[in-house]
Amino acid sequence: MNARRLRRRLVNGTMTALVGALSFVAVLALVLILGHLVAKGASSLDWNFFTKNPVPTGETGGGVAHAIVGSGIIVGLAALIGLPIGIGTGLYLAEYGSGRLGWVVRFVADVLNGTPSIVVGIFVWTWLVRPMGHFSAFAGSVALAILMVPMIARTTEELVRLVPHSLREAALALGYPRWRTSLRIVARTALAGILTGCLVAVARIAGETAPLLFTALGNVNFNTHIGEPMEALSLQIFQYATGPFDEWHRLAWASALVLMGLVLVLAILARWVLRSRHGAAR
Amino acid sequence: MTTVPLEPVAAPDTRWRVLRGRNASDRLYRGALTALALMLPLLLVAFLGELGTSAWPAIRHFGVRFLVTSVWDPVAEVYGAAPMIFGTLASSFLAVLIAVPLALGVAIYLTEFSPKWVRQPIAFLVELLAAIPSVVYGLWGIFVLIPFLRTYVVPPLRALFGWTPFLSGVFYGSSLLAGSVILAIMILPYIAAVSREVLLAVPASQREAALGMGATRWEAVWTAVVPYGRAGLIGAVILGMGRALGETMAVTMLIGNRHDISLSVLQPAYTMAAAIANEFSEATTNLYLSALFEVGLILFVVTVAVNALARLLIWRVARGTAVGSRAL
Amino acid sequence: MAPPADGRVRLETQRLTALYGRRAAVKDVSILFPTHTVTAVIGPSGCGKSTFLRCLNRMHELAEGGWVTGKVLLDGEDIYDRDVDPIQLRRRVGMVFQRPTPFPTMTIYDNVAAGLRVNGRRPRAQLDAAVETALRRAALWDEVKDRLRHSALALSGGQQQRLCVARALAPEPEVLLLDEPTASLDPTGTQRIEELCHELKARYTIVIVTHNLQQAARISDYTAFFYLGDLIELGRTEQLFTKPSKEQTEAYITGRFG
Repeated sequence: MNARRLRRRLVNGTMTALVGALSFVAVLALVLILGHLVAKGASSLDWNFFTKNPVPTGETGGGVAHAIVGSGIIVGLAALIGLPIGIGTGLYLAEYGSGRLGWVVRFVADVLNGTPSIVVGIFVWTWLVRPMGHFSAFAGSVALAILMVPMIARTTEELVRLVPHSLREAALALGYPRWRTSLRIVARTALAGILTGCLVAVARIAGETAPLLFTALGNVNFNTHIGEPMEALSLQIFQYATGPFDEWHRLAWASALVLMGLVLVLAILARWVLRSRHGAAR
Repeated sequence: MTTVPLEPVAAPDTRWRVLRGRNASDRLYRGALTALALMLPLLLVAFLGELGTSAWPAIRHFGVRFLVTSVWDPVAEVYGAAPMIFGTLASSFLAVLIAVPLALGVAIYLTEFSPKWVRQPIAFLVELLAAIPSVVYGLWGIFVLIPFLRTYVVPPLRALFGWTPFLSGVFYGSSLLAGSVILAIMILPYIAAVSREVLLAVPASQREAALGMGATRWEAVWTAVVPYGRAGLIGAVILGMGRALGETMAVTMLIGNRHDISLSVLQPAYTMAAAIANEFSEATTNLYLSALFEVGLILFVVTVAVNALARLLIWRVARGTAVGSRAL
Repeated sequence: MAPPADGRVRLETQRLTALYGRRAAVKDVSILFPTHTVTAVIGPSGCGKSTFLRCLNRMHELAEGGWVTGKVLLDGEDIYDRDVDPIQLRRRVGMVFQRPTPFPTMTIYDNVAAGLRVNGRRPRAQLDAAVETALRRAALWDEVKDRLRHSALALSGGQQQRLCVARALAPEPEVLLLDEPTASLDPTGTQRIEELCHELKARYTIVIVTHNLQQAARISDYTAFFYLGDLIELGRTEQLFTKPSKEQTEAYITGRFG
């Protein structure tokens, strides 16, 4: 009997240590990746890197200014398209989503949330690139926007639902029309949370590559015209990492560090927005 | 029933404010939101329509052969996608095999064993793994993971299991193993986050009942909490599987992109997503393009089915909430 | 300006039945609410008194499956008439809830002005004056006049509830519905609200739902006793509390059930 008790306690101790160790490994993976990014990328971050465009292969120097600006434009435009649709869908689900259509929309959003981004890429290619006859930053933005909408819709819905029902009633009892109650009182109260969801979504699409391969395509020149192919940091990293030159690899690490920094800033900003405001969320 | 006259009834005051009228703006609001919300289902239909139409020539030309044959020859215009289907399934399966113990470990540790003060930080750090762009994983995989595997992992593996067909051949670096390991790290945060929410949704009474009967902490977790959340946990794993199936960039950069079926994890392989990423812009003939669209369609249908299954399982545990959609 | 109780009927329900789906929560109730009076609605919890109150400004129909039969007349007009806009109605029938519900994202000033602003733009000075008047009537002005721009959440529970009263008063409604307004307040806060009822009835017709019998006795002119969705008894408050005509009423007010 005593041996049995000992064994049980031993198992308990071992498993506690094991799950702790597994968690350590998971965190270690993150630390390693971030550590390598800094170790291999930081030394290349200089003035030229941010302000110059690429130089012909074989020469050293040059930067990725065109890709940084390109990423900014493509992601910004995607947010401009995706945010209103995503937030609107989320509000619909929270306000009127109890019926059958609500169920369908919710389910489709969850399903599309897991759609491979490369499939979105070729879909937009058939939809925009093929008819227009050429690749464009705009098509890339549309592809990214499609990825954003389901994410934002679901977080918006969830956060709007957290607003106490009594607030909605108070507004309606005061003679607020439903739309105004929804926007001025309910959505306004959940704003910090909604904003967080949007930032998280933008952070996620900012690093996407696959949907841009056949839409924005990439461009070795500096371009700000959204009707033309445009470079993005993620595309740049792909090209440089899989290329044969050491100089490219160096730039790939530096670009990856910048991209990761951008994503991290957005993610941390999202947390901060959520904490610093009263009202909804965790 | 009860009408009680109180006081002499006099005529009411003159009406001094409107009572009547219609509020058109509410209808407009509802209409606008509905229109926005309808875009998602329409998008899904458009997806299926576009992919189906574009894939139709290949579907008609090759039929079932497309799924089961292995020749992929753009010159001869013969396309069989079996190797990439195999590669997709194999890499996702291996990734899940590696990721599940880690993710469950994290989820159980965070919900049951960890000191309170480390919960938020660790959860945040693990979720941060999901924030790392795929292409950055690919970069890290090429320059860090593959050398590491070559030096520290493959030799001992070979020493132990070299006699099995799963570890035969020369290890060049880019391989099913490398692709699967990177996939495992990538899906880890998703499985961990959803599992954690599932475990948190298990009523405390389940745990307390087991503890009250004299179970150790681990026994309570393993015999009461985990079985209670089983459907949700399976959902979490399937959700991770869905992510792995469609993951493109990192896999394309690490798996070797060889159109061949090999049992050895040390050999290069191919996935459906990688094939599209690599060959789509090279597809010069209509049939070639159509074949790639069929690959995309298969990938889409499979991930939709897998995700739908995962959602239904998770919904069963945590009814109605968007579990996991908050994972970064 | 305040006219005395003149026996005019401001609000009237005629055979009002309120349902959730097929279940009736209020059955066939007819009551007159004269101007400038306070009518208390009492009864054990679940008796339908809150639902009844919510029928008076058409909030009931917002609940899942909520609908009514019968009539509710405001100044002789049926508010359930097809072309009546519930939004317009609610601007004439103000409501205060069980828990204070200040809008958390708005300042004290904006909270009070909220009901005015939805009614169309008006000049700043007019808005300022209306806000001050409403806050004075809610006996809150002296406490908040120096921090109108602060968040409404900084106020105490009792102050928040009076803020909600001020917010309901600002659009100058004719009827004020109070749904257990003191349920979540401490004794001081409760007393302030009760005093307020006395002052406000000079201007408004007040219907108050309460589970506190002493409160009903203290502040109301008429009392309606509900039980299981039926209106059991209605009468002048002193009479209902001293000489109830129905046995159930007597049982309830002497504390034998509920």
